[in-house]
Order: sequence, then structure tokens, then C-alpha cells
Amino acid sequence: MNIVVLVKLVPDLVEELTIDPSGTSLDMTWLRLIINEFDDHSIEQGLLLKERGGGQLTVVAPAVEGIDDVLYTAAAKGADRLIKIQGDFQGWVNNHALARASMEIIKDLQPDLILTGVQAHNDLDGALGPLLAECMQMPYIGYIAGVTLDGGKSKVKKEYPGGLIAEMEVALPAVLGIQAAEQPPRYVAVSKVRQAMKISTIEEKSTPELNSLGGPTVDRMFQPEAATRASMITGDVNEVAKKLVDIFKELGVL
Amino acid sequence: MNQDTYVVIEHIRGQVADISYIMLAAGRELVKGLGGNVVAILLGHKAQPLAVNLAADKVLYLDHPALAEFTSDAYQNALAGLISTNPPRAVLFGSTTIGTDIASSLSIRLGLPLVSSCRSFTSDGKYLSQICGGKIMAEGTLPGTTALVTMIPGGYKPELGQSKQAPDVSQVDVPALEALRVTLTRYIEPEAGDVDISKESILVSVGRGIQTQDNIELAEELAKALGGTVCGSRPVIDQGWLATSRLVGKSGKHVKPKVYLALGISGAPEHVEGITDSDTIIAINMDPRAPIFDIAKFGAEIDLFDLIDPLIERVRESKGA
Amino acid sequence: MPERSEFWGFPLTWGSPQIYVYTLMALSAIILLVRFYQRASLWWHVGRPLVRWDHIHLRIGRLVSYAIVQTRVLNQRYPGLMHIAIAWSFFVFFLGTALATIDSHFYRFLHGNIYLGYKFVLDSFTIFFLIGVALAAYRRYVQKPRRLTLETGFTWSLVLIVLIVLGGWLTESLRLAVEKPAWALWSPAGWLLAQAWIATGASDVTLTNWHLGIWIFHLLIVAFTLVTLPVGTLLHSLTGPLNIFFSKIDQPAGRLAKIAETEKGESIYVSTLQGLTWKQLLDGDACTECGRCQDACPAFAAGTPLSPKQLILDIRNALRQDGSAYIDKNKNMPVLVGEKIKDAVLWSCTTCGACVRECPVLIEHVDAIVDMRRHLVIEGQVDTELQDALANLGRYGNSFGQSERMRARWTQSIQPPIKDARKEPVEYLWFVGDYASYSPTLTETTQMTAEVFQKIGLDFGILYDSERNAGNDVRRVGEEGLYEMLAEKNLSALDKCTYQKIITTDPHTYNTLKNEYSFDGNGHPQVLHYTELLDHLIASGAIKFSKKLNNKVTYHDPCYLGRYNNVYDAPRRIIKAVGCELVEMPRHGDRAFCCGAGGGRIWMAEGEIQERPSESRIREAVSMNGVSTFIVTCPKDITMYRDAVKTTGNEAKIVVKDLMEMIHAAL
Repeated sequence: MNIVVLVKLVPDLVEELTIDPSGTSLDMTWLRLIINEFDDHSIEQGLLLKERGGGQLTVVAPAVEGIDDVLYTAAAKGADRLIKIQGDFQGWVNNHALARASMEIIKDLQPDLILTGVQAHNDLDGALGPLLAECMQMPYIGYIAGVTLDGGKSKVKKEYPGGLIAEMEVALPAVLGIQAAEQPPRYVAVSKVRQAMKISTIEEKSTPELNSLGGPTVDRMFQPEAATRASMITGDVNEVAKKLVDIFKELGVL
Repeated sequence: MNQDTYVVIEHIRGQVADISYIMLAAGRELVKGLGGNVVAILLGHKAQPLAVNLAADKVLYLDHPALAEFTSDAYQNALAGLISTNPPRAVLFGSTTIGTDIASSLSIRLGLPLVSSCRSFTSDGKYLSQICGGKIMAEGTLPGTTALVTMIPGGYKPELGQSKQAPDVSQVDVPALEALRVTLTRYIEPEAGDVDISKESILVSVGRGIQTQDNIELAEELAKALGGTVCGSRPVIDQGWLATSRLVGKSGKHVKPKVYLALGISGAPEHVEGITDSDTIIAINMDPRAPIFDIAKFGAEIDLFDLIDPLIERVRESKGA
Repeated sequence: MPERSEFWGFPLTWGSPQIYVYTLMALSAIILLVRFYQRASLWWHVGRPLVRWDHIHLRIGRLVSYAIVQTRVLNQRYPGLMHIAIAWSFFVFFLGTALATIDSHFYRFLHGNIYLGYKFVLDSFTIFFLIGVALAAYRRYVQKPRRLTLETGFTWSLVLIVLIVLGGWLTESLRLAVEKPAWALWSPAGWLLAQAWIATGASDVTLTNWHLGIWIFHLLIVAFTLVTLPVGTLLHSLTGPLNIFFSKIDQPAGRLAKIAETEKGESIYVSTLQGLTWKQLLDGDACTECGRCQDACPAFAAGTPLSPKQLILDIRNALRQDGSAYIDKNKNMPVLVGEKIKDAVLWSCTTCGACVRECPVLIEHVDAIVDMRRHLVIEGQVDTELQDALANLGRYGNSFGQSERMRARWTQSIQPPIKDARKEPVEYLWFVGDYASYSPTLTETTQMTAEVFQKIGLDFGILYDSERNAGNDVRRVGEEGLYEMLAEKNLSALDKCTYQKIITTDPHTYNTLKNEYSFDGNGHPQVLHYTELLDHLIASGAIKFSKKLNNKVTYHDPCYLGRYNNVYDAPRRIIKAVGCELVEMPRHGDRAFCCGAGGGRIWMAEGEIQERPSESRIREAVSMNGVSTFIVTCPKDITMYRDAVKTTGNEAKIVVKDLMEMIHAAL
């Protein structure tokens, strides 16, 4: 079973986000990039499938700042192969471009299953997974929270609102958009990652020029000023508690 | 080619999802600037009755057994045929487990541009999208000759997309749907929780700020004192600290309580989706920049752990008195 | 002329008694040594090698102090007295027998006054011993303290040694009853019992026969005791001193050993007994099951699964069960960590070191726990909350998950601005610490600290956002790789600065910077806790207080300042200098009761507990009449104790303050 996980890094929302001088995109200078949370789950799901049914796990990612650490961490957890996509990823690259570039690399790997996060918070032109799927002419199912493999098929649990789950079957090869792995991403000790840095290699593959056709044009990017804002209750704990009780009374709750 | 705005209707087990109505309302706004009609696209099997309250100028209905319930392959193939035959100006999909499965694929397959995470349109036909956990807004002209858009809730009320008058329904031929690679086996009901939070009127909700499982007890005490129920946002449920039946948000329940007390919840869009119908939202969070304060009616920038015991005491006092 | 008689009452027709005695004793000794070797060889066959032959003179000193004088045992009055009554008596008896042997074969000196003195001492210790036994019996059968294991095996040991001593006493008294020497009063115990024999009116012949019988019985009991020593409770008489001799010397208590490596440079983790050193396996066999460690342990008191005593015994029991499996090379050593010693047991430890401080045979529990935690971490068996904290420490350098840039946000209100030690030379580099920098409850205290430093005219600076968590607790959690990464970053930042000394306000930071960081180049700078520095400045007159605070206070010794680094007096002198009256809690100084946050516990889920250690401590403080202020010198202590004051409902009775706040108020 040949499993490929496609990972991308996204801005860390812990930091303050600022808009660049052109006013149409994020200022990348102070941004810290971290792994997309759902891609982290995809790696975990990939590892679980490999542990259960054998096979090889390859992690593919665009070469941006901090990607080496992410790939070595995946290797320390058990990924077999690490591939970095070289290209002009300095500024904002949309998912259409990323999907086309990744497709060139991944198709040579002849995967049975491709896992990637169901979404990323900086997506503006759709999620990466289904774009990649169509580029590779594979079927796609998103919002996956459980995967089993059975010969040439995969049985998945797809999340619907209200806690409803749809169990679906898809013919392989396919792309799955992971919402949550069957267990939270595992911990790997820093010394294991450091060891992976010594013994693992990251393959670098380059792609032709990025084609971002299909994404929207942004006229203006800005940080929203809330139209309304909560009426703030001030004071120490006792004063706040008192005012809250008053509000509860007014609302007829107490 | 036409100037219409298509809205792909989402339905699950015979129920039209709220997002469909929201999109119809959005479409209504969009056609003001673009011109054309709001056309609802309904795919299903013997699903015509679902069209009855759609606020659309007309409905295109595609019937096929394979479309009875949503699967990505079948819906994508059906829509590909429809859109390429007579391309509209815009096609709206929900940014949901249904819409996102097909919008991007159609973008590549049909070579049409896609804008995602769109919240609303301006009257001159611009899109307004929300990204980065709600911290960044992007605005622009709707691309192409045909634009695909996925929409998130929050910009329009579902009521605006509902109509008392049933629209015209025309049935359209469906291309052959064979060799489908995705099939639906069955639905699995959520575990019948002890409580259906969507029916509760007082909710005490906990987010990441509750920090540990042990602290949930404090929320339980407060809920008990108020006569309400505890629920939570995704991080809390993912940790296993609350049952999935208590999840509020995009993948969980949409709640409409009288009072929604949000403790240590930042207000990420996926969570906010589930609480916009609350009468009164009260938010307690140490971070003054937390987005929850933008939708709450009352807020306090205070440590929930400092507040909770005095609050429980006072609530008990006032009930005792 | 008083003289020692050899083999009194032994029938001449039986041949030389010496042959019987020495043959039997030699045989018993050989069996003892063989059986002991069988137990002991497991230590170095199963366990990892370790060199502990350094500083022999210090080791002998420890033997005298802990094994002979038994200072630790004497820390508790009743059991201390009880044990020295038994142990010292046996030392004396053994010495007495040795002297008798010398007297028999080498140099006759036990006659005249020397002999009388000799008899008097032996007899006095016989009485002392019997008092000890009575104390012991009372303790085991009436008092029954929870920390003691009350098994029949212990009873047997007590019975055997009582029989030995009784044998000696009885034979002496029978001989005195027959001989009735003029100097009999020099053997008071023997002479007293002799009266009873005399009163029976038995003939000399009868008494002599009884004497012979009891003498033989005594000899056999001694042989039996020697032969069963390696498998009974009395084994501690050998393993205890051995453990004391091989204890960790000349390493500061606050320094953990690095992860051991094989010759090939691969790290060794403890998943089976083979990962432990031979000394750690000896720890298991040296344990006397006294349970003092358990009594002192805050995790045990809170009701967590950890009992330091049980942990050490689990190691011992595992070695007994599985040691032979190793000898039979076909079998693999069974898994220890996770199986016989559960994860929850290991994670409950706060690394406070109270157990290590209490142990009479100097067992090193904390080192074993950290070694085993290292295995859990490398296997990824870490619960989600700890995982999140470690991930945050790795990514942001602090456990709060906040950006590095926020670290110095607390400085914004300080005027004049605090010097940036990265940009200009300073005399004192203040390593602030995570909690002081990021925790909203502590911002005020940190700002006060800066104000105090400025007021007293200290030339100081901080690292601003180049500072990272110092890593003390990361190391105690077992994440050695993350610790190294944090230390590297801190050291590289420190390297670029010019400073004389480092000061800290957090004892955890203090401990690792002082004891574990390796500074190249200009050598290890002096690391001070603020209490040490201020104490020194007050003593030299550089600081004068304008007010006397007149509070009645108590002081809590933080684990990493007190027990680990012996800083007890400096804070107390400061308390006095600001005019407060200090009332000590029962558990103070090196007996201080940990707040429960250490060892990474503050980053873990609390789990099922009965009473938080911090709550127990607050109750201890409140029970002392009139004490209104609880003084601490550690930011985690402030966090834990302020919470505990609230949860125990004592807000009206006591308030928690950092000593810095008192200093701020008194200046």
C-alpha cells in the first residue's frame, strides 16, 4: 500500500497578522509558518494505516521556511520517504498552483491513497485536496474521520453536521480530505527528530513554473473592524459576577 | 451562456440544509449587481417536494437514483454536465461537507475559477471572503465568465432564502452516471446523548480556555446552578472531555438557546456558525482581541477561573432567595 | 582476678569446642556469602555499569555517619531510638565477640579492669537492646503506623535476634549463678537473672547442663540467622551500608545524569531492568521498607498512584522474579516500565526530593523515576496535555503557547526601560523565567521585582525575547532532547552578552542554570537566586529598609531552592530584616512540603486526587495562630498557593506573597 500525504504550511495565528503595503495580501516578513493542523492529522492517519496494513508512507510538501523540521518530524514518527517541492513559494501561492505542482511530483509515486487536510485556514480558492484529486483524475471525499483499507477500496467515515456520520466506499486510488485522524497526532521526542535529521534524507524535486490559474483576484485584504462589539462588563470578579446575575435575571433565566 | 446565479441546494435525508437558504439569499444580493436570475439546482431522486419553499426564480431539478443522497462522484458528474452545457455567471456551493467535495473538482475539471470561504456579496457584484480564523477579510471582483463560489454562513439569515410561494421547477436530463467511484453505504446516527443541546435554552459552553478535563466540573456546577447544560467547542470534544453530542459548531449542533455563556472560547468561525441563532451570547475570555467579543452581546475580559466560583455562589444565592 | 573463661561448662569429653564453633561459623559464613553473592551478582549482571569508586574517604565518612551513627534514622525520635538500641547493641556485641576471639588466639587482655569494663558495656547494651525490642514490638503490634510493612517475615527477624541476645544473656546468667564471682555486679543484667536461677535451688550440675543446652541453641540460632540473612529483612544490614557507600557523591543534588549511551553512541532507555544501573538495582535490595519516603511524598499524600516506597520495592521484586530470566539467556527480560511500574505512577512525581532526603539508606528515587520517564517520552507515551505543553515549549520556548515576542510585554510599564543585556553590558543578567514573564497573575510581582532592583541601584538587564524556558522541568519530564535544544538557545543568547553574574527569581531556573548548564569559554558564571543577592546586600549595608512591616508570617522553602540547593537562611534573614516575625511551619527547611507543581506536574492533567498538596500546605499554615502571610520565593508556588487559598476558603485568614513584595513594601 503506497500512501502519500500532502502537507502545506500556514501562517501561525498566534502571531499578529498584518497586511502588506499593496493591501492585497498578507505581509509574509514576520509570519511564522506552522503545519496545517489537518495535515498533521493526515500524517497521523497515514501512520496508523501503515501500522495496521503495512506499506510505505511518503510525505510531500512545498519548500517553504520551516519545512525541513516538519518533514524530519514526520520521519521520526515513521514516514519512509520525504519529498520537498522546489519552486517559487515565497509569496502567497494559491492552492490551484500548489495542486498542479504537487500533481507532477505525486503522479510519479503511483500512490494508492493520498491524504491531505480537508482545509487550511488560509484557503481562498478552495481546499488543496479536491483540486489535487481532479488534477490526478482521482475521486475525492472530504471531512474524513476514519479510514479503513480493503484491497482496492477504502471505507471512510465522513462527518456531517450534528454528529451524523456517512459511511462511504471509494475505489482506489483516491484522495481523502482528513478532518481528524482516529487518534490525536502522536508525540515524538525532540531527540528522535534530531536523530531523523541525521539519518533521513529529504528528496528535492522541482516543478515547472507555477500555474495559479483558477484562483480569484484580491482587490483588497484587510482586518475586519467588528460592526458590533460586546458590551463589556468591568470590575473585579465580584462585581462582574453580580452584574452577570443581574443580566440573567433580566433575561428571565434566574 | 447565461447571466444567472446557480445555487446548488444541499439536502441530507430529506431535509434542506440551512446553508442552502443562506445561499439563495446571497444569490438574491448577487443578481442585483450582476443581473440574471437566482436558479436553484436540486439534485436528488424523487426529491421534487424539497423545492417547495426555495426562494429562487426557478429550480432546475435533476433526478437519478444515484443522486438520492449526496456522493461526490455522482453530484460532480451531474453538475459538470449541467454547467458546461449552459454556463451561468456564478455557481454557489456551501462551504460544507457537501459543497467543498465538489466545487474544487469542478473548478479544475471545467477550468473555471473558484473563490472559497465567501461570506457575502456587495451590491456591485464583489465577493467578500473570510479567512485565517476570521482575522482576515478578502474582497474582490467575481472572476471569469463563470465563477464558482463556496459560501460560509453568517452573511445572511436563512429566512431570507425561504419563500411561501413554490418556484417553477423544470426537470433537466441527467447524464449517464455509471462506474461511480464513490458509494454511500449507510448513515450512522450520532450517539444518542443524554441531552439534545439544540433544544436547551441555557447553555454553558467551554472552549480551549478551560485548560484541563478536571476543570469541566466547574462548568458543570455553574450549569447546574443555572438549570442549564454544558456544551463545548471542537478542541474540548476532540480531547474527549465532552461527548460528541455536546459539540457546538460546524460539525456539531446549531444551538438556539436563550443564553449562551461562552467560557474560554475564542470564537473561531467554525464554532460561531453554530451559535448565531442564540438570543444572548455572553463571552468570558482573557484575550480582549478574541473574535467572540464581536458577536457576543455582553463580555468580560476576566479569568474564568477567578470568576466561576463567585458566580456559582451568587447564582445559588439568588435562587435560594 | 577477673578473667574471661573460654567455653565455660563445655564437657571435655566432647573434644575441642573450638572445632565445632569455628566449623559451624565458617560454614554459615560461606553459605551467607554464597547466597549473598547470588543476590548481589544480579545487580551487575542485569544492571548497567556505573563507576562509584571516587572519593573513597568521603564514602567512608558517609558510612560512619549514616550506617553506624545512623543520623537519618535518628531524625525521628521514637523509631530512631528504637533502631539504634537494636543496631548499636549488635555492633557492640559483634565487637565484643571479635575482641573475645583476639583474646583467645592472639593476645590475652580481657582480664582485670579491662575485663570488667568489657562485661559492663556488653551487659548495658543487652539491656539497651531489650528496651529497643520492646519499643519495636510496641511499634509493630500496637502503634502500627501506616508507612510500615507489617509482614511475618519481619516478625521472624525480630524473633531471631531476640533469641540470639537472650541466648547470650541466659548463658551468662547461668554461669554467674554457678560461679558466683566477686565481680558479678559488673555484669548487672546477667547477675540479675542469675538470682532467679539461684532461687530455683537447682544444683550446679543442672545449671551447667542448662547452660550447655542454651549455649548450643544460641550457636545454632546464630548459624541459622547468618544463613537466612540474604533472604530475610536482615539483608539490609549488608545492603544498607553498601548502598550508603556507593551513593552519589560530589554531584550537586540538583544535577541529573545525562542519558547513558552504549559504546556505539546509542542512547539507553529504561524499559526493562537492564536499563537501570547496578546501583539502582542495589537501591531495591537496600530498601528496609520503612516507608519514610512515602510519608514525605506529596504525590502519595494527594492520593496519586505513586508511592516512592512501592516503586523501589517494585524494582526489587522485578529483579527477584525476572533476574534469573536474564541468566537463562534464551529469554528476554520482561518489560518493566508500563507493565510492573505503570505510567501513572511515574507521571505523578513532582521531583521534590523529599523521599531522597528522608531515606536512611540513601536510596535515589528521583533519578530512577526520571530515567524511566525518559523511556516513556521516547516512546511517545505522553498524555495530551503534557504533549501540548512540550509542543509549545518546542515551538515558542514557553509552555503558555504564546509568541516569543510577548515574553517582555510586562516590561512596557517600567520606567526607565530595563536594559537589554543583548545590546549593552550589565553587571547582573536577570533570567526572568516563563511564569514570571507570561502568567497574567504574576505580571505585577515581576514588575515589582524590576522596581526593587532599580530602587536598590542594581545594574541589571534581561534577555527580552531571546530568553527561553531554562528547561529544568523539561528535563525532569524526561524530554532530554527538548532540554538540550532550549539550553542551546539560551546559552547562545547568553554567550553574546557581557555580564558578571546571573540572577534568577525562579528556583527551577536557578537550579538548572547553576547545576546543569555547561558554559564554555569563560567558565561557569555565578548564578544567584534573588534572596542570596539581597541577603548579601542587606548584610553589607547596601540596602536599608525604611519601614518595618510587623507582620506575623510563615515561609515556605521551595524545593529547588531549599532541598536541592541548600538556600534556607538567606530568605529568613531577609524576612527578619524587613521586620516580620517568622513562625515556622512544622514541615519547614529541608522537610518543606512541595506545592505539587514541579516535575512537569503543572503541565499535566491533575488526575484523581484526594487533596492537593498545596491545599494541605495552606491548611498547615492556617493552623498556626496569627500567621497572616504565607511567604514564598518561587512563581509557581505563588500560582499554586493562591489557588489553594481560594479552594480551601481561607481568603480571609491568609494571603500569599512573594518575598519580593515584602521587600518592595519595606523599601
